[in-house]
Order: sequence, then structure tokens, then C-alpha cells
Amino acid sequence: MKKLFTVLSLLAATLFSSSWVSAAADLDVNTPAIAAIKNSMQARHAQLSPHYSSGAVGLTADGLVAVRDATAVPLKDRGGINSLVAAENGDRTALYKEIAVGNGHPEWAGEIRSTFAGRWVDKAQSGWYYQNAGGWVKK
Amino acid sequence: MKKISIIGVFVLLIPACVTINIYFPAAAAEKAADKIIDEVWQLKPGEEPPAKPTQTEPAEAKPANAPAN
Repeated sequence: MKKLFTVLSLLAATLFSSSWVSAAADLDVNTPAIAAIKNSMQARHAQLSPHYSSGAVGLTADGLVAVRDATAVPLKDRGGINSLVAAENGDRTALYKEIAVGNGHPEWAGEIRSTFAGRWVDKAQSGWYYQNAGGWVKK
Repeated sequence: MKKISIIGVFVLLIPACVTINIYFPAAAAEKAADKIIDEVWQLKPGEEPPAKPTQTEPAEAKPANAPAN
């Protein structure tokens, strides 16, 4: 009898804890702050996209972007490339922070950043450059 | 006896709740990342990058109208 109770309580505990897990299984990414950053990044992507393709800008291992080869940028755009990259990195850093804060865990920002770093590269188009331990790699 | 098992349930439940709040939900983060990247880069959900643009048509080796007779 006692054994039965133990087994039942263990079962109940497992069920309860798994329901807690699934309740916590999603990160909320629909806060106004995140939406604003997303829109800003989406608008900037039109400008950044040709630079990814030309190899002028690459995806870094820490979830940001960096100027990889400024000579690949047409001369007339060369002045703007650094501010474009800086603006993108500002948004990306804010995005990672907002996701962490918006879900009640500011300390997650670093892990969210590294998760993103991997996913940006996975979703990048062939021919774009990304950074790994050994340096720049063409996808 | 019943009391013990109820206590047991709580003893197991409480750390379960705490654990979830401490550990980073890696799978959820990936899902969130994918969703945001799809929107920022305007990919269709779940779309992987255009597969292999380098080797477009390797089946070119077939001669068109080869030895008929």
C-alpha cells in the first residue's frame, strides 16, 4: 500500500513537473520593445543584405555583425558602412537584452546572444561570411 | 501514510518549479531566435537558405540526342 502511494506520488510529481516545463517552454518575444527593435532591424536589412552578399560584412561568432572587407563596398557607400554596422549591433545587443529582461531573466542575455549567433549563421544564405574560431568562413 | 505521500509530492514539486526558473531554456530560445530571424530577414517560417547555388546542374552530362542508330 505504502509502495503504491509512493509510486502514485512520484507519477503525479512527474506529470506536474512536466506540465510546468511545457508552461515555461516558450520565450515571449512579443513585447513592444522587441517589436520595435525587430522593425528597425528589418528595415536596415535591405541596406545590409548586399554587403553580406559581397562579403563586406560578416556575421560574428558573438551574434553581431562586423565589417570584414571594406574594399568590397562601393566607394560611395564606404563612409556609411561603419555606422550601418554599429546601428545593427546596437539593435542586436538591445534585442538580446530585451528578450532576457522581457522574460524575467536579465542574466540570460549572454546565452540568448550565443543561441542567436548560431541561428543567424544557420539561416544565412550561401556565400555570406561568418566568423568561427579560425576566422572568417564563406558559407 | 497518505500524508507522507502528499508531502512527497510537494517535496518533488518545489524543486521542479525552482529548477525551471534557474536553467536557461535552450530549445525555447532557439525557437524564439528562429522566429525573429525569419522576420528580420523576411524568410518564410522554417525556410533554410537556398540550398546549393554552387552546383546548379550537375546532370548536364547527358548528351542530348545521342546514338540513335
